Amino acid sequence: MTRLKPWLPLIGIGVFAVLLLVVAPAVLSMHWINNLGKYCCWAIAAVGIGLAWGRGGMLVLGQGVFFGLGAYAMAMHLTLETAGPDSLPVFMILYDPSAPLPAFWEPFRSDVFTLVAIVLLPVIVASILGYALFKRRVKGAYFAILTQALAVALAVLISSTIRETGGDTGLSDFKYFFGFVLDDDANKIMVFMIAAALLIVCLLVVWQLNRSRFGELLIATRDAEERVRFLGYDPANIKLVAFVVAAVMASIAGAMFVPIVGIITPAEIGASASILMIAGVALGGRASLFGPALGAMAIGWGQSSLGSSWPSGWIYILGLVFILVTLFLPMGLSSLLGRAKSLGWRSRATPTAPATASAPVLDEVKK
Amino acid sequence: MDALIPPLLNGTALGALLLLAALGLTLTFGQMGVINMAHGEFIMAGAFIAYLTQLVFTSSNISIVLALPLAFLGAGLLGLLLEVGIIQWMYRRPLDTLLVTVGVSLILQQIALQIFPAQGVPVESPGWLDGQVDILGYAWPLRQVFTIVLAALCLAALAAWLKYTSFGRRIRATVQNRDLAETSGIPTRTVDRITFFVGSGLAGLAGVAASLIGGTNSQMGTQYIIPAFLVVVAGGVGQIKGTVIAAWALGIALSFFADWTTGSMAQVLAFVLVVIFLQFRPQGLFTVRTRGLT
Repeated sequence: MTRLKPWLPLIGIGVFAVLLLVVAPAVLSMHWINNLGKYCCWAIAAVGIGLAWGRGGMLVLGQGVFFGLGAYAMAMHLTLETAGPDSLPVFMILYDPSAPLPAFWEPFRSDVFTLVAIVLLPVIVASILGYALFKRRVKGAYFAILTQALAVALAVLISSTIRETGGDTGLSDFKYFFGFVLDDDANKIMVFMIAAALLIVCLLVVWQLNRSRFGELLIATRDAEERVRFLGYDPANIKLVAFVVAAVMASIAGAMFVPIVGIITPAEIGASASILMIAGVALGGRASLFGPALGAMAIGWGQSSLGSSWPSGWIYILGLVFILVTLFLPMGLSSLLGRAKSLGWRSRATPTAPATASAPVLDEVKK
Repeated sequence: MDALIPPLLNGTALGALLLLAALGLTLTFGQMGVINMAHGEFIMAGAFIAYLTQLVFTSSNISIVLALPLAFLGAGLLGLLLEVGIIQWMYRRPLDTLLVTVGVSLILQQIALQIFPAQGVPVESPGWLDGQVDILGYAWPLRQVFTIVLAALCLAALAAWLKYTSFGRRIRATVQNRDLAETSGIPTRTVDRITFFVGSGLAGLAGVAASLIGGTNSQMGTQYIIPAFLVVVAGGVGQIKGTVIAAWALGIALSFFADWTTGSMAQVLAFVLVVIFLQFRPQGLFTVRTRGLT
């Protein structure tokens, strides 16, 4: 058992992979495959948030920005693919048939450029923002508020540029996905499998990062940034890497969200959407490996089923989730597991420290 | 030159509204370290109280005057409830207060949506605010002047309260060193509650002003909360003079950007401006000098 322990997460990821990639397509109806695909997208973003917030202590309240970058990059490509070569997307023709395609749309005709952009755009934006803020030691609440302000700004910008981005109605009616007809059931399953596989990859990446030296440094930075600095590391760089990785994951999530859901609007990337992503991570347990992904899936399920059948009740539930989890379970549902374990096996197992800070609380930690 | 005056004056009025929204935050965030994301919903509560007073006292001439103390009281009590019910357990976890209050703000929005019509309610401005005054050859709506006067009054009252009264001294003592304040016989828990009450009450006043300028609906809090926090962050946490300058600057910047580009582009540019500003002064305009590690 003890020899197995370090590999338990890996086994968990394996089980998860089998469930998503083998069992789900065999058992579920098309409707639920599609829904599960959507939850996988939110889970991908959540895994990144778990790294940045749970392990790094950076409350990223604006992941919608990066989700949106990936989503709009993908949506522009799919819109152009649907429109066909050398023609304008339908909504632009409706708006003004004579105007040319905006210059920033042009490169998204290329498959390769789109895929590169989905990864590179969030890297660029997150690096600039992260470098600017972390180097000047902007952290905690300041950082959270600034990221949320960015999400609000981007959503407002997109909803006001109707001609360039489709405005509030967003981009929709995609027919093709890199040459595959999106209406076809087999192709829908393929898109779902890609999203699920990407989720597994993200989990593996975060697992590997967590057990590396970088992961240790990240947790050290979260718990006592000054000590890390005195040891000769630059906390800014450590946080920057985690922030950028989280941004890329959110972008990939957005990019897969578009072919699965079939529409992207500013409402999916603004402040409330970003908060929804946080809700899942908080519920599942931000510092654990599976907590964010499972929590995001649970919130995603609530959002798409309860949110449409009982919208007012769902908002109350969501509000209560925030309040109750923060008050009573700051480390989320996954911390229950650890607590149960420590109760049952207290006699023989060496007590594993909970994910909460066990170092003596410094002044800077309290801030 | 003529083109410069309207955005300058509009910006001043916008800045005054931002200042009203942010003043409460300088107390709750700046002095107590609580990140209250429900502050925007307290503003909303103030606006709805203005509407309700208007329903009761049909004459809008009187109702707006009565609405001010009522809104202060109503929003303040909401804040007190929040402090006693939830926040008091969380003073050691400031980032978590943000999450808790996000939940509170969602619930308050939904309650407002269920009580009041979704498209919002009309708050009539009183007859004595309908006119305009001529300033530098530009007709300035009295409603904007009202906001500025209200903001100035609140500012003066708050500053005097903090500086000259014994209660203000207690607040400052509690902020600077809670343990020492406690040992000196200051009831820090009561201080916390009253500070939170006043901070939230100021949001109610901002709500009355906001109800005269923009729409009154369940979503209105979300437009004010982020700019208000940006003002506090740029001004320097807990620094009233910094908040004043930052609110004014942000208001004028937003007006000019909106004049040159569009309203939405202005928000993006204002955000960029704040991030660039934090490059030079990461602690905001004014800081408390300390030798501690920050």
